[in-house]
Amino acid sequence: MHGFLSPVIHDDGKDVVNEAVPLRIVVVEPDRDRASMIVDALDAAGPFEVTVVAENSDLSHRIAKAVPDLVLIDVSSPSRDVIEELALASSPLERPVALFVDESADGLAEAAIEAGLSAYVVAGLTAERIKPVLDAATARFAMIQRMRAELTATRRALEERKVIDRAKGILMTARGLSEDEAYALLRRTAMGQNRRIPDVARALVTAADLLG
Amino acid sequence: MTASLRAAHLRLVDAAPLIVARDLGLAEAEGVALDLVTAPSWSALRDMLGSRRVDVAQMLSPMPVAMALGLGGARGAVEALQVLSVNGNVIGVSPALAARLAGAASGDGAFGDAAAAGTALLAAAAKLPLRVGVPFPFSMHAELVDYWLERAGPPAPGAIVVRTVPPSLMHEALEAGEVDAFCVGEPWGSAAVARGVGRLILPGRAIWAFAPEKVLAARTGWAEAEPARAGGLMRALHRAASWLSDAANLPLAAEMMARDTGLGLSVELIEPALTGCLPLGPSVVTPVPGFVEFHRGAAAFPWRSQGAWIADRLALRHRLDRRTAQAAGRRVFRSDLYRRFLGDLAPDMPGASGKIEGAVSVPTPVASRRGRLTLEPDRFFDGAVFEPFPDS
Repeated sequence: MHGFLSPVIHDDGKDVVNEAVPLRIVVVEPDRDRASMIVDALDAAGPFEVTVVAENSDLSHRIAKAVPDLVLIDVSSPSRDVIEELALASSPLERPVALFVDESADGLAEAAIEAGLSAYVVAGLTAERIKPVLDAATARFAMIQRMRAELTATRRALEERKVIDRAKGILMTARGLSEDEAYALLRRTAMGQNRRIPDVARALVTAADLLG
Repeated sequence: MTASLRAAHLRLVDAAPLIVARDLGLAEAEGVALDLVTAPSWSALRDMLGSRRVDVAQMLSPMPVAMALGLGGARGAVEALQVLSVNGNVIGVSPALAARLAGAASGDGAFGDAAAAGTALLAAAAKLPLRVGVPFPFSMHAELVDYWLERAGPPAPGAIVVRTVPPSLMHEALEAGEVDAFCVGEPWGSAAVARGVGRLILPGRAIWAFAPEKVLAARTGWAEAEPARAGGLMRALHRAASWLSDAANLPLAAEMMARDTGLGLSVELIEPALTGCLPLGPSVVTPVPGFVEFHRGAAAFPWRSQGAWIADRLALRHRLDRRTAQAAGRRVFRSDLYRRFLGDLAPDMPGASGKIEGAVSVPTPVASRRGRLTLEPDRFFDGAVFEPFPDS
C-alpha cells in the first residue's frame, strides 16, 4: 500500500447514468439570491433534481453526498479547486467527474466559460443530456454576471460620490471656499496631474485623516 | 517591436519574478509587453492556459506532470519551460493541535526538524484522523506532505486525510475546525498566524531542501512556435530572479508587489516570505535561510530529474507504471528549451540535464558551461536519494 488517499472502488463509466431518472445537479453557490435564480432557471428547463451547496466548508463531501451527475460552479470561485479532487478515482464520489470540455460545433463549453460557469460531469453522460442543463445555466450565469458588473459599477460610483463630497467639505472648511469653488479646485488639480477627480479626492481625504 | 504576452498567476508571494519582470521594465527591454492576469484558482488558471486566454502561466510544478499522466479533471498538454521558484511552503497546525504537540515529549520544537515534527504529528494523529489541507490535489504541497508523513511513519491506514482547501479559505477551514494541519504557500501561512488560527511548525524546505515549487507553464509546442516571446520572457525572468537574489532589493520588491491590485496583498504579508523571516506564532519570528529561492543554485533550471521525481510520486499514489510515468515527467520539464533560450545569459548553465535528487548536502561546485555553477543543498529529510530510471 502506498500513500494515504484511500482508494474508493468505482465502476469504469459503463452504464453509469440511467436515462429514466432525472439528472442530479449540484449547484455550488454561497449567495442565496444567485443560487435561487440558478435553481429557477434549471427547474424551468427540467425536470432535474437540483441540490444547492452553499457552504465552502467540507465541500467535496457535501457534493459527494448528493451523488451528482453534474456539478455547476462559478468560474471565479476559489472553491473550484476542491472539485478537482472529485475528478480523481480516490475521491469521495462514487464516479469521478471531469470538467466538461465540449468539442462539438455548437460551442456549448465556450459559451459556458464566457458566462462564467464551470460544469463538471460524470463519466458516461451524453452531450444530449447535458445540453439543456448547460443552456439554461449558461443563460442564467450570463445574466448574473451582467448584474454583478452593474452592481460593482454602481457601488463604485456611490463610493466616489461620497469621497468627493468629503473632499469638497474639507476644502470648504480649510480654505473658505464655496462648494462650487471647491469642486473646481479638485477638477483643476486632477487635470493638472492627469488623474481622475475621485483619486485626487481620495488622496486629500486620506491626508486629512492622517493629519487629524 | 514589442509583442504582447499574457501570463496568469495566483495571489501568491512567489509570483514575484513575474511582477518584477514587468514593473522593472525587464520584459519590455526584451521586447515583451507583459500583461499579468490574476486567476481565482488553479483550475481556472489551467483552463485559461488551455483555452488560450493566456500564453503562459505560473503553475504548481506537479500540474503539468499530472496532465501528462492523464490525471485530474482536464485534458490538454502543457510543459514546464523553467522553474519559477524553489521551496516557499510552510506547514502549520491549528492552535489546539499546536498546544497538544507542545505537550508531547517528542521533538524539541526546533523549526526545521522534519523528522521530529513528523513523529510528533503522527503521534497526535493516532488519536484522530488528522486532516491536512493542501491547495490542490496536484501540488508540491501534497507531494511534500505525502513524502514526509510516509517516511516519518508510515501512518496507520486512515490516520491522515489530505483535503483540498483553497489557501485563501484556509483560515476559515482552521477556524471552523475542518482541518487540523495545512501546507500552503505564502502569504497564506503568515496570514493564518496573523489571524490567530494557525501556528507554523515546519518550512517546506525541511522536507526537501530544493523542491521545484512553481514552473512557467505553456501549452506544449507554444514556446517552439513563439521563440521570440518565450525566450524574451524567460530572459526577463532570469534578470528578475537575479535582482530578487540581492537582499538589498527586497524592500522595494515588496513595495512593488503591494501596489499590484491584482495580487491584492499588503507589504506586511509579502515581506515575511521574501526576507525569510517567518512569524511562527504570536510574537515568535524565526529566520529561515533559503525559505524561497528564485535564482541561486540554478533554481530556474528545469531538471529532467525533477519532472521524473514528481511523476514517480504521482505514479506510486495513483498506481501507474513508474517507468512510463517517469519518462513522461522527464519530457514535461524542458531543460533543452531553457538551454536554447537562455543561451549565454545564464553564467551557471548546468552541463547535465538531470541529476540524482537529494544527493547534495553542502553547496557543491559542478560542471557547467563556464564553471561557475554551485548546486545548493537538495537533501530529503530522511537522507534518501532519487535516481530516475535511465532514459530509454
